Amino acid sequence: MSAPNKSFDPVEVTTLSPEALAGFVQEAIAAFAAASNLEELKEARLAHTGDRSSLALANREVGALPPAAKADAGKRIGQARGEVNQALESRTAELEAARDAALLIEESVDVTTVMPATRGGRHPLTTIQEQVADVFIALGYRVAEGPEIEAEWLNFDALNIAPNHPARTMQDTFFVGNEDSGVVLRTHTSPVQIRSMLTQEPPIYVICPGRVFRTDELDATHSPVFHQVEALVIDKGITMADLKGTLDHFASAMFGEGIVTRLRPSYFPFTEPSAEVDLQCFVCRGASIDNPEAACRTCRSEGWIEWGGCGMVNPKVLIACGIDPEEFTGFAFGMGLERTLMFRHGITDMRDMVEGDVRFTRAFGLGV
Amino acid sequence: MKVPVSWLRDYVAIPESLSGRDVAELLVGVGFEVEGVETVGDVRGALVVGRVQSIEELTDFKKPIRFCQVEVGSSNGHVDTPGIRGIICGARNFAEGDLVIIALPGTTLPGDFTIGTRETYGRISDGMICSQRELGLGDDHDGIMILPAGSAAPGDDAFPILGLGDEVLDIAVTPDRGYALSIRGIAREVAIAQGIAFTDPADALPELPESNGTPVDVDSEDRAACDLIVLRTLENFNPAAPTPDFIKSRLAAVGVRSISFAVDVTNYVMFELGQPLHAFDADKITGKIRVRRAVAGEKLETLDHVVRELSTEDLLIADDSGALSLAGIMGGLTSEISETTTRVVIEAAHFDAVDSAKSSRRHKLSSEASRRFERGVDRMLPPVASARAAELLIQYGGATYVGLAGVETAPDLVHVSFDPEHPGRVAGRSYDVAATKATLVALGCHVDDAKSPWDVRVPTWRPDLSASIDLVEEVIRIDGYNNVPTRLPVAPKGAGYTAKQKLMRRSGLFLAGRGLAEVRNYPFMGQSEFDNLELASDATRRHALKLANPLSDEQPFMRTTLLPGLFAALTRNTSRGFNDAAIFEIASVSLPTPAQPATGITNPPRPSVNGRPSEGDIAQLEALLPAQPTYVAGVLASGAWSDAIELVVSLASELGVEVSVRAADVAPWHPGRCAQVVLGDRVIGTAGEIAPRVNENFGLPKRTVAFEVDLDALVLHANVTPSAPRIWTFPIAKEDIALVVAKNVAASDVLDTVRVAAGELLEDIRLFDVYEGAQVPEGHKSLAFALRFRAADRTLSAEEVASARQAGIEAAAAKFGASLR
Ligand SMILES: [Zn+2]
Repeated sequence: MSAPNKSFDPVEVTTLSPEALAGFVQEAIAAFAAASNLEELKEARLAHTGDRSSLALANREVGALPPAAKADAGKRIGQARGEVNQALESRTAELEAARDAALLIEESVDVTTVMPATRGGRHPLTTIQEQVADVFIALGYRVAEGPEIEAEWLNFDALNIAPNHPARTMQDTFFVGNEDSGVVLRTHTSPVQIRSMLTQEPPIYVICPGRVFRTDELDATHSPVFHQVEALVIDKGITMADLKGTLDHFASAMFGEGIVTRLRPSYFPFTEPSAEVDLQCFVCRGASIDNPEAACRTCRSEGWIEWGGCGMVNPKVLIACGIDPEEFTGFAFGMGLERTLMFRHGITDMRDMVEGDVRFTRAFGLGV
Repeated sequence: MKVPVSWLRDYVAIPESLSGRDVAELLVGVGFEVEGVETVGDVRGALVVGRVQSIEELTDFKKPIRFCQVEVGSSNGHVDTPGIRGIICGARNFAEGDLVIIALPGTTLPGDFTIGTRETYGRISDGMICSQRELGLGDDHDGIMILPAGSAAPGDDAFPILGLGDEVLDIAVTPDRGYALSIRGIAREVAIAQGIAFTDPADALPELPESNGTPVDVDSEDRAACDLIVLRTLENFNPAAPTPDFIKSRLAAVGVRSISFAVDVTNYVMFELGQPLHAFDADKITGKIRVRRAVAGEKLETLDHVVRELSTEDLLIADDSGALSLAGIMGGLTSEISETTTRVVIEAAHFDAVDSAKSSRRHKLSSEASRRFERGVDRMLPPVASARAAELLIQYGGATYVGLAGVETAPDLVHVSFDPEHPGRVAGRSYDVAATKATLVALGCHVDDAKSPWDVRVPTWRPDLSASIDLVEEVIRIDGYNNVPTRLPVAPKGAGYTAKQKLMRRSGLFLAGRGLAEVRNYPFMGQSEFDNLELASDATRRHALKLANPLSDEQPFMRTTLLPGLFAALTRNTSRGFNDAAIFEIASVSLPTPAQPATGITNPPRPSVNGRPSEGDIAQLEALLPAQPTYVAGVLASGAWSDAIELVVSLASELGVEVSVRAADVAPWHPGRCAQVVLGDRVIGTAGEIAPRVNENFGLPKRTVAFEVDLDALVLHANVTPSAPRIWTFPIAKEDIALVVAKNVAASDVLDTVRVAAGELLEDIRLFDVYEGAQVPEGHKSLAFALRFRAADRTLSAEEVASARQAGIEAAAAKFGASLR
């Protein structure tokens, strides 16, 4: 507090002396620093920058100074105020940051309490069909479909499966109505190939995934209702080399870069030559063969896994579909999708794919 | 087909260095599937041939015992009696001078039974005289094994004589390769694979003595079904003659039980050459043998003691008294070889493959013979095989030869025109022409390569080779499929998935994203399920196709609805503790027309396969099939009735289809909580809560909810290229209104009325609350709607909004008596 002016000489106005002003500034800074929250800082601000503060009172006395001294004193007060305001600002920022930090700490939660929602899922037999189709769509193929209840002619006769073939009995095939009805539950997706050839001019590049039926009892490795995917290519100059190249590409796409297939001679009425398709073991890549140290459960240490059947389309099949075998040749192959899923995903029991337990489907999410 | 390697060695000089596994590898290389390699007998140590020098009968014991002095060769005798061993034996079926099998001390027999030198019955027994059973060679325990006189010398190693240590391959034979159901056929393949010489056992007709007497005569009345039959008659056969051990052990190795010498011979020759044979007791044959079709009402008791009603399509071997055997399948009891048979007729014939297959199937009777005839038997074999059998009966059974009778239609030998470049065109590489010819010759073809294309006469044992492509397969197979190169063909530009395929996929993704788990059920259902669904007796969903041979008699129908399968899957889940299970399925159902009877028609069209069927033929085939639309259905164990409806409406919306719902009463739903889903003017599905009674019938949780929709119909109307909306940015005006209407008024009707009346300023309207209770009159409900108004070009004035709102309210009041709450 300044005493009433005794003189108009500025040097005699003690409140305006540099020392006094420095003192005011120091007091203010100390008071700001002492404020431990924004409320206390507000009080300190009012005390040190308000109308009744030392600096404000000192400023009032400037007016009484002679003009020569006014400028000088005004400048000093301005400086002092600047220092005080700067200190106030920085302390305000500090305390606001502290307040915000405290608030965020107070609002903290236990982030580990979050549980996943009960999720749905798509059956792996659905999504593996899509995965296979994706591989062949990328090559320019078309996905062909056909009915599950099928004309016997399309399921057997057109595929060079003679009327006396053992598969064409109630022992192996479901007949609709009676054994002479001409209608069966398709035993393979091959009638879709026939439908493709009957409705489309070559070149034909199709992939046919779907549900098929044979009269097996359900057990850990068989199901009377199962799924296949078949491919059919009819074009000029198609050879067995094209078949092998396509199978190798398919194997790589499904099981990893560099995985190949091998062919073993076999017999199917609808292909000639015919072969069994073995898949190189994608787990050990053959390293388990004759190597008990590195035994492989996936391929039983044989290095190869039986995967499907294939061959060059029998000219008789082409003829039955009105395609000239002198002009066009083709190949076809087919695999069981349950089996593929089983060895690829470690499914040990066929029944898991049949029963519809939500745990099974959910494990596969929206796709494989 | 089980194949002892030692038997193969009779016809192909397999190098001694090759093990059974090596031979298996050779066969795998040319395309056979070898399922296993087993070793015969589990004998370790020394087995030698012995000759019984003297027998001392010991009679002081409960049973008679023999102490034998046995010559065992100079190197195998006892130290004190060089060349001789004294051995105790309990069997009595041998005599001094017989050749027997001796297990020397230290030898271990099957069952881990080690022979030692021991004192027994007061003598030192210095080895063991073995029976077939003790050696693990069969069940024959009538006594010890006796080798044919002169067939070996004392001291000879008995292992090769008995086939012990022989390796047996188990080969899976594909149905086109009937010839491989014989040692002859497999030996040829081994020879080709290894590039070594093959001696065809069928090349030379065994030499038989001059005919002496009148053989049983024969005729074939059906030359298409039986173009060749040969009978060889023998007499003076000793019915007690034992089967020689080499035949017994080989039959045991291929898995055939020894029955009697005559029957064993027919089996032995069948395995050796591939020709099924049948042995008759000639004294039980009346008159002449004839091959003929059965007549109506005829019966035959076959060797398996089944009395079979014969079809007029069955081919028989018969005599003047009636049927003797089912040709090519199984013999009959009346003419069977017995323990008193002295006159034997060996029948060898060539039967049509299709005929044999049909008969075998008709009688559900598959035999070694029928398996071979179905796959095709070498047309040239019957004379050779019957002679081979006669030779064995004469040599080991004391029989004398009477003679041959037979009838034959000259065979058509199959010639194939073959371009030697053809294999290369199929494989995508070239094959050496000389090697190609060599392969065909090794297979048994006669190749005339002076002609172009080649004229190839295929061997009679390969009925599967009838066209050039068949020979191509053989050339590529023998060279090895591994030698075919690889190339990825370039397909023409593809168009990707069809819109329908993409929408099907999107539907599954949508439902799975909403928390439902997909299941894939069997498409079968039963009568009880129709009933449990509480379907009306004349409901169209009861018209289902019936399988002739269902997996289970409980479920003979093809499903017309996905719901029963989903219900069963849901109860499996809830019983396993998943009370909130929600599942769905996307699959086809089959909906026959009234003209398609559940039991099918009986005379379907069967177009020729010698060319493309006509459009008319194809249409006729299609007409056989029911409609098979794809449905989507879902079942929720713990959802609300509204969830089921909402899922359908939202799925439709996801596919860009606007559907509406209306109250309905459709089984199996709750009549008060059931909505039909309508697209245009067609009902495409149903959703809501399942009726309590149905829940009970299926064991479902209370208040299970479900939906089922024709997904094909949704997808057909999907909007796959929606137009972009204009996004107006003028301020929105929000108004909520609550309208009280009678309880039976459908909210959707009120909503539609308000929407239309409020005009184009109304951007959106949603129902957000339904209230029934004290605040509204009895029998009424309050519907709360949220209205959003916006204009394209201006900020709406309060008056404009109020007037649009009022128009909506008045329209609802006029149409439904709605009052503002
Ligand atoms: Zn492996």
